[in-house]
Amino acid sequence: MFEVVIGLEVHTQLNTETKLFCSCPTSFNDRPNVNTCPTCLALPGALPVLNKSVLEKSIMLGTAIGATVNRTSFFDRKSYFYPDSPSAYQITQLYTPVVEHGTLDIDFEDGSSKTIRINRAHIEADAGKNIHEGAISKVDLNRAGTPLLEIVSEPDMRSAEEAVLYVKKLHSIVRYLDISNANMQEGSFRVDVNVSIRPKGDEKLYTRVEIKNINSFRFIHKAIEIEVERQIEAWEDGVYDEEIRQETRLFDQVKQETRSMRGKEEAADYRYFPEPDLLKALISDEMFTTFSDIPELPDQKKARLVSEYGMREYDAAVITSDLETAHFFEAMLREGINAKNAITWLTVELQGRLKGGMTVTTSPVDAKTLGTLVKRIEDKTISGKAAKEVLDYLMENENDVDAAIEKLGLKQMNDTGALETIIDAIIAANDDKVEQYKGGKEKLFGFFVGQTMKESKGTANPQTVNEMLKTKLG
Amino acid sequence: MITLKEALALSKEELATFKKDLKKQIEAKPELNAYIDVNNVGEGVPIAIKDNIQVKDWSVTSGSKILEGYIAPYNATVINKLTDAGLSPFGRTNMDEFAMGSTTESSCYGITQNPHNANCVPGGSSGGSAAAVAAGLAIAALGSDTGGSIRQPAAFCGIVGMKPTYGRVSRYGLGAYASSLDQIGPMTQNVEDAAILYDIISGHDVKDSTSHESNEKVSDKLDASRKLTIAIIPEHVKDASDDIKKGYAKTVEALKAAGHTIVEKSLMDGKFDISAYYITATAEATTNLARYDGVRYGNRKEGESLHDLYVRTRSEGFGDEVKRRILLGNFVLSSGYYDAYYVKAQKVRHLIKDEYAKLFAEVDLILSPVAPRTAYEVGALEDPLEMYLSDIYTISVNLAGLPAISLPVDTAENGMPVGLQLIANAYEEQTLFDGALSLEKQLNFKLNS
Repeated sequence: MFEVVIGLEVHTQLNTETKLFCSCPTSFNDRPNVNTCPTCLALPGALPVLNKSVLEKSIMLGTAIGATVNRTSFFDRKSYFYPDSPSAYQITQLYTPVVEHGTLDIDFEDGSSKTIRINRAHIEADAGKNIHEGAISKVDLNRAGTPLLEIVSEPDMRSAEEAVLYVKKLHSIVRYLDISNANMQEGSFRVDVNVSIRPKGDEKLYTRVEIKNINSFRFIHKAIEIEVERQIEAWEDGVYDEEIRQETRLFDQVKQETRSMRGKEEAADYRYFPEPDLLKALISDEMFTTFSDIPELPDQKKARLVSEYGMREYDAAVITSDLETAHFFEAMLREGINAKNAITWLTVELQGRLKGGMTVTTSPVDAKTLGTLVKRIEDKTISGKAAKEVLDYLMENENDVDAAIEKLGLKQMNDTGALETIIDAIIAANDDKVEQYKGGKEKLFGFFVGQTMKESKGTANPQTVNEMLKTKLG
Repeated sequence: MITLKEALALSKEELATFKKDLKKQIEAKPELNAYIDVNNVGEGVPIAIKDNIQVKDWSVTSGSKILEGYIAPYNATVINKLTDAGLSPFGRTNMDEFAMGSTTESSCYGITQNPHNANCVPGGSSGGSAAAVAAGLAIAALGSDTGGSIRQPAAFCGIVGMKPTYGRVSRYGLGAYASSLDQIGPMTQNVEDAAILYDIISGHDVKDSTSHESNEKVSDKLDASRKLTIAIIPEHVKDASDDIKKGYAKTVEALKAAGHTIVEKSLMDGKFDISAYYITATAEATTNLARYDGVRYGNRKEGESLHDLYVRTRSEGFGDEVKRRILLGNFVLSSGYYDAYYVKAQKVRHLIKDEYAKLFAEVDLILSPVAPRTAYEVGALEDPLEMYLSDIYTISVNLAGLPAISLPVDTAENGMPVGLQLIANAYEEQTLFDGALSLEKQLNFKLNS
């Protein structure tokens, strides 16, 4: 039997206004190479100047994972030639990173949890992008010099499930702190997975393989499974030493395989040494105090929802797993509605209607609107059934709940006089059925309810209908 | 040639005429090859600029073929400071490729002559700046000093060259050789001009993280009458040539005569300086020069593949000395050797700093040779190791980040200038200039040029 050993490196792009070492904007999707300057183009004579807000965001992360925040950290040069790296060295922190020795707890469905150690988080500059078009390659340096926080775990995870739980948790923390957009598809939250196997009970670490290019939680799981399978197969076939090398492999989503990125003869020597253009990065007491005062984290929010609203642990976990959902939920509550109704209408009704990559953030129905809609159910303006119809309408049309209810004519008939007229007419028109009902055919009650709802075009309050019918039919 | 101080008093019209004449004179002596070309920015006093300092819209190439055709799109901070003070960048001067050399022979623009003897080198790497001032073809110039590149050519050409404390002058816009050692500094006809130009170019710059947070000025407070304690290091001088020894002895007497106290001190053997320097400088240089890859700018040589493009661009673009230092730098940083070389060199560098700190607790200045001998004949310093060893008197100043000034004190038997340097504690530029001015006055020395 084998044990799987996994460590993760997550490159989090920090959402600063400007780049790490110059004042170029960090905005995406601009025309290639417009957000560049002598420094991020590595022109002769240009020098880096540290963007202080990167230290601030590092303090926040360090605090969130209970890590040591080094008041003095240093930068180093990591050398390699590639067109997306203008200076041919990356400025990073090898010897003394800004954050060290943190931990993060992952929670399993059965309620148990496990602590994953985080070795370090260090600041470094992102590279640009190479774009290959047939025989031609182009370089876009808009991203070059964007700040990254590389968060490196210890090899503490023992399955693909644990790895995904870790990444999800880290993702959620980074979003709660709002230090990164953490968009996996856009590459602002990039995960590299280090995987090895060993016979169960063995303490030593075997050859670790790094898998890059994984841009979703689902693919992390898949890539690990596939790589573990490859390693086990090699072991069982007696070719482990020949086939499993310490190397970087790419995950191919289409072919569902990992494959080697470079041959072993090109094993890189990055020739790290201290960056002489920058002094040590200092964190003052004042900066530390200000930025170690961080917003509520997912675990805290979850605990609060459980205690404040009496929510089930599971529901609270679903709501808090991602910041946008949590914010949406809390904004709905501000409309003065019941928490349980809010959960149902958010997680079942709204999320069930979000299609084609839409999220709560891009939803055409915002939290206030959805909250108002739930409020209209609670104050009996409309029925729950009618509310679904209103929500369908709101997803496609204008956003005013009351106008939509009006327009669709779904206002609940709370006027008992009008309802009585309808019921009397139905009873009068169905003498035979009234007789049969009185004669003991009780399931005909449903027929009368149906007729009443139909006549009222669904606006009758079902509870009132029940009560009135019971009285009238005796 | 008029001095910088005098030139600053000229009217716009006088300056315009002066610059027109100056350009003619420069063009009349192409064999000197101190200037690569003569362009002008603005209407101010002309200052010659070393070819590694960025001047917007100028071709700035660090004397290298790899930057052939490169036009700088921005000004170095020192250039903005010059123009803000009403001075004009005027002509770019020749230099050793990427400031790696002691003779200005490794420039892609050919050698520069020493104005005192056409068969001799002007020193390097700021040889063009030194030769231009010495030949009366520049009022003053900017150079850069990583291991003696201002002071040594100043000594070889008989002018004043000053290297500021590390951090005093912004490096923003200086094509980097070794970031922790490089400083831009003035090269002038006399000490006072050096102080004036130093004041103009120095000061804190937010664009250079290693820039010092102060803006103290020296030229309006120059005081040649201060009595200072000046250290001499006899065991250092013993390896220098007789010309240098003679000039040294004469200078010690002059300093005594001027009322200064001379004390004998010792410093660690200079061979440690050489090792620490060449490891540190080449490690930094190898990364600083990695950006010249032919991808974004400069002289690209197309290749069959990306790798081929890199190899061809860099093989054809860099000269031998630059390649040698890139290889050396890569070697000392490579895995398995890093601790033995780079880390050890940093320890030695700390020892050197500590030694100077101890010495400066007792003295104001140190008097030292600049080079073991006067200017070499062209081609005489071909052996790289010999060239590295010739830096023995200058590089510890860069390793310790100290200010130093080289000034002419004597003429050798062969007629070449003898220059010596004064070294001060970090940020003690005022003391440095005061002592240098005192020495200059006491010697009242004029080179026969």
